[in-house]
Amino acid sequence: MVDASVAEKCRNAAKEMRIDAIRAMYAGGKTGTHIGGTLSAMDIMAALYVGVMNISKEKLQSDDRDRFILSKGHCSLAQYAALKQIGAITDEELMTFKQSGTRLYAHSTRDRDIGVEFSTGSLGQGICLAVGVAMALKKKGNPARVFVLLGDGECNEGSVWEALASASHFKLDNLTVIVDRNRLQHDGFTEEILSMGDLAEKISAFGPDTKTVDGHDMEALLTALEYRSEKPVAIVADTVKGKGVSFMENSPSWHSGRLNESQFNTAIAEMEGA
Amino acid sequence: MSYFTPANIRMWSRLGSCGAHAMAMGYLAENDKSIIAMEADLGVHAGLDRFRRSYPENYVNVGISEQNMIAVAAGMASEGYKVFASTFASFASARPLDQIRVNMGYMQLPVKLMGLTAGLSAGFLGATHLGTEDMAIIRSIPNITILSPADSTETVKAVLAAAESDKPVYIRLTGTMGSPVVYKEDYDYRIGKGIKLRDGIDVAIIATGTMVAESLKAAEALSEQGISASVIDIHTIRPLDGEMIRQCLDCKLIVTAEEHSVTGGLGSAVAEEISPCAHKPPQLLIGLPSSYPVADSYEAMLEKYGLTAEKIAGKIAEFMKQ
Repeated sequence: MVDASVAEKCRNAAKEMRIDAIRAMYAGGKTGTHIGGTLSAMDIMAALYVGVMNISKEKLQSDDRDRFILSKGHCSLAQYAALKQIGAITDEELMTFKQSGTRLYAHSTRDRDIGVEFSTGSLGQGICLAVGVAMALKKKGNPARVFVLLGDGECNEGSVWEALASASHFKLDNLTVIVDRNRLQHDGFTEEILSMGDLAEKISAFGPDTKTVDGHDMEALLTALEYRSEKPVAIVADTVKGKGVSFMENSPSWHSGRLNESQFNTAIAEMEGA
Repeated sequence: MSYFTPANIRMWSRLGSCGAHAMAMGYLAENDKSIIAMEADLGVHAGLDRFRRSYPENYVNVGISEQNMIAVAAGMASEGYKVFASTFASFASARPLDQIRVNMGYMQLPVKLMGLTAGLSAGFLGATHLGTEDMAIIRSIPNITILSPADSTETVKAVLAAAESDKPVYIRLTGTMGSPVVYKEDYDYRIGKGIKLRDGIDVAIIATGTMVAESLKAAEALSEQGISASVIDIHTIRPLDGEMIRQCLDCKLIVTAEEHSVTGGLGSAVAEEISPCAHKPPQLLIGLPSSYPVADSYEAMLEKYGLTAEKIAGKIAEFMKQ
């Protein structure tokens, strides 16, 4: 059973993180931000960083920390918002997102000082890194867990399937693969670009213990993320791209975009009211 | 105890560069639990069958998935493992290039990447399996140390040195079993330091990989024609030993010799190094044309593309007549 207070804490964190993402996007808004997939992933990120993972500001360099890898690296803002929640970066730094001199690039860039494990953004690679990390931890007898978040469009990449096959083959029971199934990718709807059909069934066929959850239901997310199996675990999280901002939700044009003042005010008002 | 005994050196030569590399992996694993040999289903070709049986905990075969292999290796490297990932040079460079770029170049995760059967030794397997552009490909990615040993002895040196390095490293292995011995005894090998094997005044032959042994023979033949040629083993393509290369500027001709395309390999690296120098001799680039060779036996292809001592000496003598 999920502790109700933990779920409540995660929900509140997710709400703050969405608002923070919109603020940072607006502050650094001269060019487009991958906001759609950032917002769809936010409940997952809050569940991980606030609810499930053994991670804190003090633990960033510690060998027993749980490892998180953002394979869908274009949604780095979701990770930065989570890192603010654990105090790894300040609000002031978060507002430097995509501005000259920042450490917070549009794609996650390895910076162990702030808790970004790897540089991602070239899709289909983070999950392979996660397999390597999980394999290393098992060899070392380190009980830490490895979580990796992918986009559903990212699952077009063949290397994702190489990684899934190897995760199962090497019995990486310390690995949890999460797919943010928001059904939109850069050029449009996933089923129109390259249909992945029943994604959970496909992943399951590669061996992982696979579950489908509502990616905006905090209790369901926490339960799925806590779940351990003898096999690697995969979670297909059904989400809404742009979740929380009405004009962005399920809209292909908000894969990446920038906000004008009135859109910014609307977005903030909607999320504060949520 | 030194591994560099006359008996071992003879054995490594018989095994060739692949087998010598596998022996070196064994020496490493004997003393270091963090050594991992990672394969993409060419472990037997890499000579690692015995290693697999002796050190099963240090052996990982990810199957035929080179892209996955590089990033899995990088993930393990980030956790402190010294991972040597190996496959044919063509599949170690071109195939997983973006993974190499992001993981080894950009993040500088210290993966050791082995390019087996580089050059022409894949012979009849054809151009898909020939490693004729791997140096150029890896050279285009920043931050990766590039080693190209001259013989089996130097292959062992390179593998041992790569394990000591905290940087990502690419090692290209040329030649085949029963390769000529350049280094008959232990010697001082340092990444980034070229080795002058022969002095000469007229011509400086800067060679790498199998072409070092051929260049030594070519220099001998040239001396009989009254041409004095030095021979330098550039076993490290990056960082290039610029100081040693600039010492060649006073001779009448600089020759670069490599079992690799003349586009982007050692010849290009040397040309880039000396291009700002106002006074320099012409440079003769000996290597493969930028094309895909017709499959043939290894020996026939070396002959066809002029990568034998006799052909190298001939080209140099002809150039010196002009």
